[in-house]
Amino acid sequence: MKYRSILAAAALALASAPMAQAGRGDAGNLNIIYWQAASILNPYLSGGTKDIDASALILEPLARYDENGNMVPWLAEEIPTVANGGVSEDLTTITWKLKEGIKWSDGTDLTADDVVFTANYCMAPDGGCQGLAAFADVANVEALDPLTVKITFDKPKPFPYGPFVGATTPIIQRAQFENCVGAKAPECTEQNFNPVGTGPFRVVEFRANDVITMEANPNYRDPDKPHFATLTFKGGGDAAAAARAVLETGEFDYAWNLQIDPAILSQMAKGGKGTVISAFGTAVERLMVNLTNPDPALGEKRSTLEGGPHPFLTDPAVRRALSLAIDRNLLAEVGYGAAGQATCNVVPAPAIYVSTANDECLVQDIAKANAILDEAGWLPGPDGIRQKDGVRLSILYQTSTNAVRQDTQALIKQWWSEIGVETELKNIDAAVFFGGDQSSPDTFQKFYADIEMYTNLFDGTDPETYMKSWTCEEIPSPANNWLGSNMPRYCNPEYDALWAKLAATGPLEERAEIVKQLNDMLVQDGAMIPLIHRGRVSAHANSLTGVKLNTWDSEMWNVADWDRQ
Amino acid sequence: MLNYTIRRLMFTVPVLLFISFIIFLLLDLAPNDPTGNLPMTIPPEVRQQIRESLGLDQPIWVRYLLWCKQFFINEPLNIIEQWFGIQIGDGDRLRVRSWATRSPVVDLIVERLPQTLWVVGMSYVVGILIAIPIGVVSAYRQYSWFDQIGTFISMVGFSVPTFFTGVLMIVIFSVWLGWFPSIYDTTLVVEDWASFMQQVRQMAMPVFVLALFNAAQISRFMRASMLDNLNQDYVRTARAKGLKERTVLLVHVLRNSLIPVVTVIALNVPQVFGGAIITEQVFKVNGLGQLLIIGIQGADIPLVQTLTFIFAVLIVLFNLIADILYGILDPRIRYD
Amino acid sequence: MTDATVQDARQSRAGRSQWADVWDQFKTHRGALLGMGFFIFISLLVIFGPWLWDIPPNYIDIRAKNQGPSLAHPMGTDQLGRDTFAQVLAGGRVSLLVGVTAMALSLVLGTLVGVLAGYFKRLDGPLMRLTDLFLALPLLPLLLVIIMLFRDTLRAAFGPETGIFILIVFVIGITSWMQTARIVRGDVLSLKEQEFVLAARSIGTPSHRMILRHILPNVLSPIMVSATLGIANAIITESALSFLGLGFPSDFPTWGRLLFDSTNFMTLNPERVIWPGLAISLTVLSVNYIGDGLRDALDPRIRGR
Repeated sequence: MKYRSILAAAALALASAPMAQAGRGDAGNLNIIYWQAASILNPYLSGGTKDIDASALILEPLARYDENGNMVPWLAEEIPTVANGGVSEDLTTITWKLKEGIKWSDGTDLTADDVVFTANYCMAPDGGCQGLAAFADVANVEALDPLTVKITFDKPKPFPYGPFVGATTPIIQRAQFENCVGAKAPECTEQNFNPVGTGPFRVVEFRANDVITMEANPNYRDPDKPHFATLTFKGGGDAAAAARAVLETGEFDYAWNLQIDPAILSQMAKGGKGTVISAFGTAVERLMVNLTNPDPALGEKRSTLEGGPHPFLTDPAVRRALSLAIDRNLLAEVGYGAAGQATCNVVPAPAIYVSTANDECLVQDIAKANAILDEAGWLPGPDGIRQKDGVRLSILYQTSTNAVRQDTQALIKQWWSEIGVETELKNIDAAVFFGGDQSSPDTFQKFYADIEMYTNLFDGTDPETYMKSWTCEEIPSPANNWLGSNMPRYCNPEYDALWAKLAATGPLEERAEIVKQLNDMLVQDGAMIPLIHRGRVSAHANSLTGVKLNTWDSEMWNVADWDRQ
Repeated sequence: MLNYTIRRLMFTVPVLLFISFIIFLLLDLAPNDPTGNLPMTIPPEVRQQIRESLGLDQPIWVRYLLWCKQFFINEPLNIIEQWFGIQIGDGDRLRVRSWATRSPVVDLIVERLPQTLWVVGMSYVVGILIAIPIGVVSAYRQYSWFDQIGTFISMVGFSVPTFFTGVLMIVIFSVWLGWFPSIYDTTLVVEDWASFMQQVRQMAMPVFVLALFNAAQISRFMRASMLDNLNQDYVRTARAKGLKERTVLLVHVLRNSLIPVVTVIALNVPQVFGGAIITEQVFKVNGLGQLLIIGIQGADIPLVQTLTFIFAVLIVLFNLIADILYGILDPRIRYD
Repeated sequence: MTDATVQDARQSRAGRSQWADVWDQFKTHRGALLGMGFFIFISLLVIFGPWLWDIPPNYIDIRAKNQGPSLAHPMGTDQLGRDTFAQVLAGGRVSLLVGVTAMALSLVLGTLVGVLAGYFKRLDGPLMRLTDLFLALPLLPLLLVIIMLFRDTLRAAFGPETGIFILIVFVIGITSWMQTARIVRGDVLSLKEQEFVLAARSIGTPSHRMILRHILPNVLSPIMVSATLGIANAIITESALSFLGLGFPSDFPTWGRLLFDSTNFMTLNPERVIWPGLAISLTVLSVNYIGDGLRDALDPRIRGR
């Protein structure tokens, strides 16, 4: 019933809207497959990439990042800066001006009230808003006039582009969500499944965790766009199946996140139906080195600062040798193909932040690694495993379950065996490993292992909050319920001081210099062994034009420009 | 028999309540977490707030009782309201809501039932229809070429998992031949011949893969059971009486051989509703099996609890039906 | 397997000539002999093969990745250049051992519960409700919980590999006995009312002798089928466990895992898929024929002919 009435309304709207222009809707249907299905269209209630990307077709932020990581105004007239007066001199306020004449898909006007409401919606207590991190330090959001919004922060914000920039914090309509604030947010199924947006598409039918049917938004600001009249956003299956549907059978036009063996992907691409595309953001696959002792005998104190230092990983020679024994280029080639590059840095992008001080590790040198260990007194025992003072170099190496990660584990285990280090591999289901369940011993925060591997990244282009992850106060421990992101338990007062300096520094060049120093400290002190700078891989049909793969924002950021040849 | 059935049905209520509590306990103990699959950019403090907003900070018995209230009181009331169009109370009741989609679980299940019943249900029907004749003939002509080939195919069908046969089918029939779509369209509405053919084409591969697997299993039990009965005295008696071979086989032996087969089928019917997780995943059918696996991966406790409880009800129910069928197939079995 | 119980049942009746009879009958079953031959062959191959074929299954030769069959690698190599033949040999050890032991465990459990529930009316209700409970429990969360609770303890007590082996056999065993139990119970219910059982009871045969001598031998065929299907099931379930990160460490090959990992390489490198798939199918097929032969051999009605 509901479905039919929506259709009827859509037909009416389409009939009454000025349909004369060429362009809008002339390219037919667009088929997109995400192998993880979207479960909700409200990005504030689900931070999953699939949900954010699906909602990015409908909801839009004030500003976005383009494919090169530059900020571009979206619903706003321009990017506020200190130079144009949009950001106050003391860096505590930012004032956004909305573009004129933007309408919601129901025909009403977008106003500053909607922006203020969106902020209050996310910051309401008990709402469980998943984009809350973007609103850190926000004291107040107010509408100065129908098209002007002023955000005030608690303290100077050298980088004030947290709220409403990028796909995680788009503007939602006040009229629609007014009664859905705080604890009531999850109960608004109708709103969460059919949000009214300013974007190029609007929902016709939403089937949670399955498929979304959309149609062009009749009130979209550009009368020629979007080029597609309807859109199908299908979910389910696995990455290989999604790749097959675009590259081999041609059933779909766009497939997301194709993390599969590069050899298979390139063979599928030979089908000639589609193109594999990749782009690099800030994601780095790295080894976290446990600097504390994970010995089960320590009980509660296991893997905490109180439990004492790690028996051998605190030796810089061991960490350097472990890093040198790894052939990162080979790992990238075998596991990631075009979507991976060897890196020795924790911050691999944007270019201005990238350090070159650690590039020693780019070339594998087993002989040198062996020499370093010999020199440090770690000598091979009768079983070929190096030891010193009764301590054997035996490592428990854990990661999440993922075909590429298990291949990487196998390769690294072999290289480490060549320098006399014994490795036991362990892989844990991702929902357990990355879940914060207090009772589980297998979470990445508890880190009951010597080495663990996963990818970390930061949103947007500013690494300030990301670099905070490795300050002393971020160390997970029983005292803070294991909440914290400093997995290596790296605690260095110098690092903390330097980070504080970063948070207080405004000019970009100076900030970049500090970030490089922080990065070098982390790598040279051996808290982390970076491996691969990971890109995103997607594929689109050859007939689809206008796709610009963007790792700084949602992949769907410019879907309005997509067209069919 | 009626007495027995009523007694069993009454006993079922406490059993199901107990099962529901055990399931809840199990899901609560399981170490996966609803925030586990979120991107790394969401900081730990925000994750903690998300968990609190889901009510995870409350003690387990509070959450269990809440679920019981929502499932046993609120949901049935809601269904009654919808069916009869009446209003009971203020109508503002908390329903069982999935954590991932924030929508009522019952609605999700209703949305998924059609594709699961079509694909998985059809595959069971097809499986049973081919398994029983194969089992009968293989037993009657034991060690004939028909039996040998049947054994070989069913063993291969059972021992090669569906994650492999499914992908193999897709590669052959979707990629190379282009006969069938590799992705199931759940929004397809059958309204004319063309869309009916479309539905048949998209069902062909998943139904075949599942039917092969089911037929393999059922035909083995059928064959074994037939073999047991073929040598019984009553068969010799029937033949000696001069009954037609056909009657001996289909009336006497078949009926007595059905007990293990009925068990297997009864055990499998609830699984029809449970969907076939791997097959649904491979062919992107997105039925109940896929809903369940997504729920489990995302530690969506209300969703998984509700789904598994409904399966539990079906399992208990169908086992009761199997017990009653035993009595009908073999009148000597008495429960009283 | 159920050999032990069957043996008890037989030994009490006659001396060793009984077993000679069984063996004679078994020998006349060509399929069973072939199956047994193959099973022994493949067992010997996986036990002694790794000594003859000296490439370690985990040795990575990255330059030789994704190769087809050659003299150096008769079954080709995988995406990291590991030798598939060595992996199939090493994987067979684990898969066969897991398959047979897990199947035995689930069979013993299933038969025990099924016979007790079918034979003793008082136990029927509780045991069948227990079966319902196990059928209703969602498998994946159950596995996650079991593994969370016991993995570290077992790992500490028996070492990483043996510990996980025990865990996996236990997990597969206790999650797959229900079907056998239900089937056996159904058969026992109907057997219990047959004349020979009534006759035996009327002369005062005690329950344990009734079960061992009269009931068990007559429910052997569904048990045999369960055994055959159980091995296949255990091998495949093990691969699903490894895939979920709940099984053996990832560098520990098993047949199911080899098959799973190579599924996506089907078009690139077909040999990789064929060998583990064939190994599983042929093993299951051979067990099936052994089961067939054994069933015939143990059936006195056939043996007499």
